[in-house]
Amino acid sequence: MIGIKSLDLYALGDSAIVVQLGDRIDLETHRKVQMVSKYLEEHSFPGMVEYIPAFTTVTIFYDPLAFLSNIRYDSAEHEEMGRSVFQQVSSAVLRRLETIPDTDVPKPTVIEIPVCYGGDLGPDLEDVAGHNQLSVEEVIQIHSSAEYLTYMVGFAPGFPYLGGLSERIATPRRKTPRVSIPAGSVGIAGMQTGVYPIETPGGWQLIGRTPIRLFRPEQSPPTRIQAGNMIRFRPISRAEYEQLKEREEWR
Amino acid sequence: MALRVLKPGLLSTVQDLGRSGYQKFGVISSGAMDPFALRVSNILIGNDEYEAALELTIVGPVLYFESDMLISICGGDLSASIDGEPVPMWRAVFVRKGSTLTFGAPRQGCRAYLAVAGGFDIPLEMGSRSTYLRAAIGGWKGRALQAGDRIGIRPMSAVANKILQKISGMDDGNAFCAATHFVARDLLPSYAQHPIIRVIRGREFEQFEEAGKEVFFQAGFTLLPQSDRMGYRLKGPLLQLAEPLEMISEAVIFGTVQVPPDGNPIVLMADRQTTGGYPKIAQVISVDLPILGQVNLGATIRFSEVTLEEAQELYLIREMEIDMLKQGIRVYV
Repeated sequence: MIGIKSLDLYALGDSAIVVQLGDRIDLETHRKVQMVSKYLEEHSFPGMVEYIPAFTTVTIFYDPLAFLSNIRYDSAEHEEMGRSVFQQVSSAVLRRLETIPDTDVPKPTVIEIPVCYGGDLGPDLEDVAGHNQLSVEEVIQIHSSAEYLTYMVGFAPGFPYLGGLSERIATPRRKTPRVSIPAGSVGIAGMQTGVYPIETPGGWQLIGRTPIRLFRPEQSPPTRIQAGNMIRFRPISRAEYEQLKEREEWR
Repeated sequence: MALRVLKPGLLSTVQDLGRSGYQKFGVISSGAMDPFALRVSNILIGNDEYEAALELTIVGPVLYFESDMLISICGGDLSASIDGEPVPMWRAVFVRKGSTLTFGAPRQGCRAYLAVAGGFDIPLEMGSRSTYLRAAIGGWKGRALQAGDRIGIRPMSAVANKILQKISGMDDGNAFCAATHFVARDLLPSYAQHPIIRVIRGREFEQFEEAGKEVFFQAGFTLLPQSDRMGYRLKGPLLQLAEPLEMISEAVIFGTVQVPPDGNPIVLMADRQTTGGYPKIAQVISVDLPILGQVNLGATIRFSEVTLEEAQELYLIREMEIDMLKQGIRVYV
């Protein structure tokens, strides 16, 4: 059992409940988040709407009316009558999550993201190299030789919060954020690295771009990267970038 | 059956009750800023309550009816009129082919919802017709309406047809004809220019300075011009944490009041991101989200505290009222 106590459950307003699974960003907490997500994916409870996994929490959205109208007060649950909706939801969540066996989560899926580094596709690559007293080639080599764990997605559809960036290429955010960062941009911000699935404003140092469409709303699931995936960046030439981009656009 | 856009207005988008089930992928929910008005606008004309409607913001559009239609306008009062004649709100209205709907100065609130019997003929994207402007998905071509757009309408439901028959029985040949039944005034949210919004304490409430905790429930907070469908930026006394707090990003929801390091609170609205990393001082209760969604720029908001139990009780009462409204329509037809 993964050991969830009632003290780990918090109300986020009148229609969401937060399950706290740890208090720091680490692999053990991430594993629990993955287990709870997998459980909820397979077993929803009456009134449950959806869930959002994050670094240390899984937040479950519910409809209080749908929850109450579907609950059956059998003998074990009889004492629940008269308790507040949140208390009842808490018990229901606890009863279910308590049963999750503490087993190993399946080996994470590795997703390869081809990246064309530098040039106009990665305008800050030289700054990142300069900041860390490395050559551009060394930055590319370091960035593309690691495997990164997607701890969570948020900020934008499929935007991964990745762990595992080498300190050797960590670089502070740009002083002035860009008004618009093109979709596919690969960037570094402090000890984080990530890739922008859609065009947004942002202050990350842009080191390259992927031709792959990471957000594809017409497909299921709509995002290429999901929480729990391992990411590997593969350096590609400009020619290969153009070729792949064309293929993506025809898809 | 189509509605033609002659002028788009300030920001007219297609919205329903939001895109649920995809937030785990980081896809924002979107949906109506005033979900109550959207639901009622649909119920009044025999649509499913989660059908998409047009959300019209402050300056409404000019719309031309290419065919006879059954509509309803709910939410903020943006002075709607058809062929120059004021249209009553919160009721079903039969509109004759060839008429034009215009809007004037906002009288109350800032977002009106125009629902059309049958619903708009727009594909679902990830289970919803809500427009998510930043990613250009959903709604009408992923964008706000523009002049020249022509939006098709799906066939009406059997209930809508019955409502239409009742109304057309009173038809006197004018451009439009409103139903005699309407939503009881005491059922409507207490839309106010400077509302008091009920909240429950946020998860990090206790971590704020004593002075900040007190002043949060006493002071007025002004809605700044940078506010939009994503978030309301508020200006009032600065709210500071008692001690710096190491925050780890987690889910945020419609109505979460978070406080960035500059001390000015932001209320997250329909187009919020799925996760956030700022301390949460409060959470607006569900039944007051419609009131918040109608607050205009420059208005002053105050917050008052209720318990989670009260918030959930109010939620259940609101749902029962909406259910009564649905039954009322069924009895009427």
